[in-house]
Amino acid sequence: MHEHTNLPTPATSSHHADTSCASVLDVEDLTVSIGGRMLLQGVTFALQPGQLCGLIGENGAGKTTLLRSLIGVQPSPHGQVSISGLSPRKSRDLVGYVPQKINFSPDLPLRVYDLVQLGCDGHRLGPRWFSRRLHQQVMAALDAVGAQDFAYQRIGELSGGQQQRAVIAHALARRPRLLLLDEPLANLDFRSANELAGLLGHLTRVHGIAVLVTAHDMNPLLPVMDHIVYLAKGRAASGSVREVVQSATLSKLYGYPVAVIEHGGRVLVLPHADAKVGEDGCYLMPNGSTSGGQA
Amino acid sequence: MFENFMIHTWIASTIIAVTAGILGFFVVLRRSTFAAHALPLATFPGAAAAQLLGIQPLWGLLGFVTLAVVLLHQLQKLGRKDVAAGLVLVTLLAVGSLLLSMTNTYAPAVFSLLFGQVLGISAADLWPVASIASLVLIGAMGLYRPLLLQSAFPELAISRGISAGVIDILFLGLLGLVTAMAMPVVGALLVFSLLIAPAAAAQSLSARPLQALVLAVIFSVGMMWLAIALSFWTNWPIGFFVGSLGALLFTSARLFRYIRHRWFSQRLPAAISRPMKLIPAAQPGEA
Ligand SMILES: Nc1ncnc2c1ncn2[C@@H]1O[C@H](COP(=O)(O)OP(=O)(O)OP(=O)(O)O)[C@@H](O)[C@H]1O
Ligand SMILES: [Mg+2]
Repeated sequence: MHEHTNLPTPATSSHHADTSCASVLDVEDLTVSIGGRMLLQGVTFALQPGQLCGLIGENGAGKTTLLRSLIGVQPSPHGQVSISGLSPRKSRDLVGYVPQKINFSPDLPLRVYDLVQLGCDGHRLGPRWFSRRLHQQVMAALDAVGAQDFAYQRIGELSGGQQQRAVIAHALARRPRLLLLDEPLANLDFRSANELAGLLGHLTRVHGIAVLVTAHDMNPLLPVMDHIVYLAKGRAASGSVREVVQSATLSKLYGYPVAVIEHGGRVLVLPHADAKVGEDGCYLMPNGSTSGGQA
Repeated sequence: MFENFMIHTWIASTIIAVTAGILGFFVVLRRSTFAAHALPLATFPGAAAAQLLGIQPLWGLLGFVTLAVVLLHQLQKLGRKDVAAGLVLVTLLAVGSLLLSMTNTYAPAVFSLLFGQVLGISAADLWPVASIASLVLIGAMGLYRPLLLQSAFPELAISRGISAGVIDILFLGLLGLVTAMAMPVVGALLVFSLLIAPAAAAQSLSARPLQALVLAVIFSVGMMWLAIALSFWTNWPIGFFVGSLGALLFTSARLFRYIRHRWFSQRLPAAISRPMKLIPAAQPGEA
């Protein structure tokens, strides 16, 4: 099935422009229903190489469902999804996916290193022969997520955040052109969350990878994100960060008062109740006002 | 105990132990132990069916194991794995009891199918064992990586185009072959302990997949040889030794792991997360 040759995948040549096809991801009129319930309805958006796009929406909005449709796993989607011009099933070599639920059993005889190795060649048949190139590729992915120190530990015995890093390394190992991450920040501490945001920003800017990432706490991502797709009631809308990250828009989207404040040159999104006006240089944006919002 | 007639026993049981060790690794990995328990028992009526039809017992076993595998696979798609295995087990056992009541199979034959007749193997018995074993080995080796990924993290595997359904039926097919091959020799009940105990012990001792696989094979072969030798000297049934050695092996492996954990966790600092590094633009793989 996979016609691509060995390990150095087609993935990211560090040139931005992929001349054959302008957008890495093209979703057109995507509709998904499970058991007669319409989860996504006419979702349309596109992602360019080097773009970091946030996917937001309340619990149950269908973010995971959307990502799963993009990798061709969700049963019975209608509409068009094309990744670098290919259908999801044909473009698996181009996509890295980090699922939301990560759950390794403690007895699993698998180290972080092995998982990342499977990220390179897990779909191949036959025994694996030693290859220096493979080893280097694995080490680079481990380095990228800072997992060197627990690379040789049983994965089921690591903390949730460490397991998450391992899965991200697994997804990065083949240097995908499109990276889909489902709540990658959920288990990370402050430092790791910011570092991951930095890593994603780097992957998009320097390597020209397109990243689609869901996050409930989007603060760490705001400095690097340039686009947001939001889901509500099965419908999607998208806009630049400047357009979407506004008190009025977000409050309406989540059905809960959300404040957008600026502090120390950064824009922060907070639930309303916690945002204090005029404290410590922060200020609450008046509802509907358009000031603030950093690209 | 290395007399001529025993040579066949040694060869057949070694082949079976190697195959069971390898497949057992995946059984434990996939948490399909109940399926591994149910399959041999559900296959058992195949012998009675073969006698009714007047064909070779192996064909009866293969027929029933195919039936069981297909049934199991279909039921697993609908719901939980363990419930599916339980349903297959009771359904085919019910058919089996009916078939047994229709034949005049006498008790010792039934007994030997349940507990094996490892000491009475002829040269002609070796051929089916060897050919099925090589088929299983080739299959398991070919599927090693997809099977490993699919068992460890199904959703990651799906995203790589590894279909859960295809892997499941292939795996069950291999398990079925091992079952049908090993049953006449080691018996329906012992196939299970040979599949589970060495692999579970190996997986709690080693965190490396390939190392755990090799360890499972070593344990399985060692257990088998020891059981045959002990059975030969004591004249006790081999089933007793395979079963109890398996339990002993697993218990000591867990104990060893527990002690090693206590010992090491006092000495080693907890794993730390290093800062994430940015991959340089010139990619190391391409340099
Ligand atoms: N296998 C399933 N069968 C039936 N309904 C499902 C299934 N999976 C998801 N759903 C439904 O689809 C809807 C969207 O789920 P999804 O997991 O995509 O939400 P989400 O936006 O990712 O939420 P969260 O923020 O909690 O992760 C939910 O209402 C859920 O009930
Ligand atoms: Mg989700």
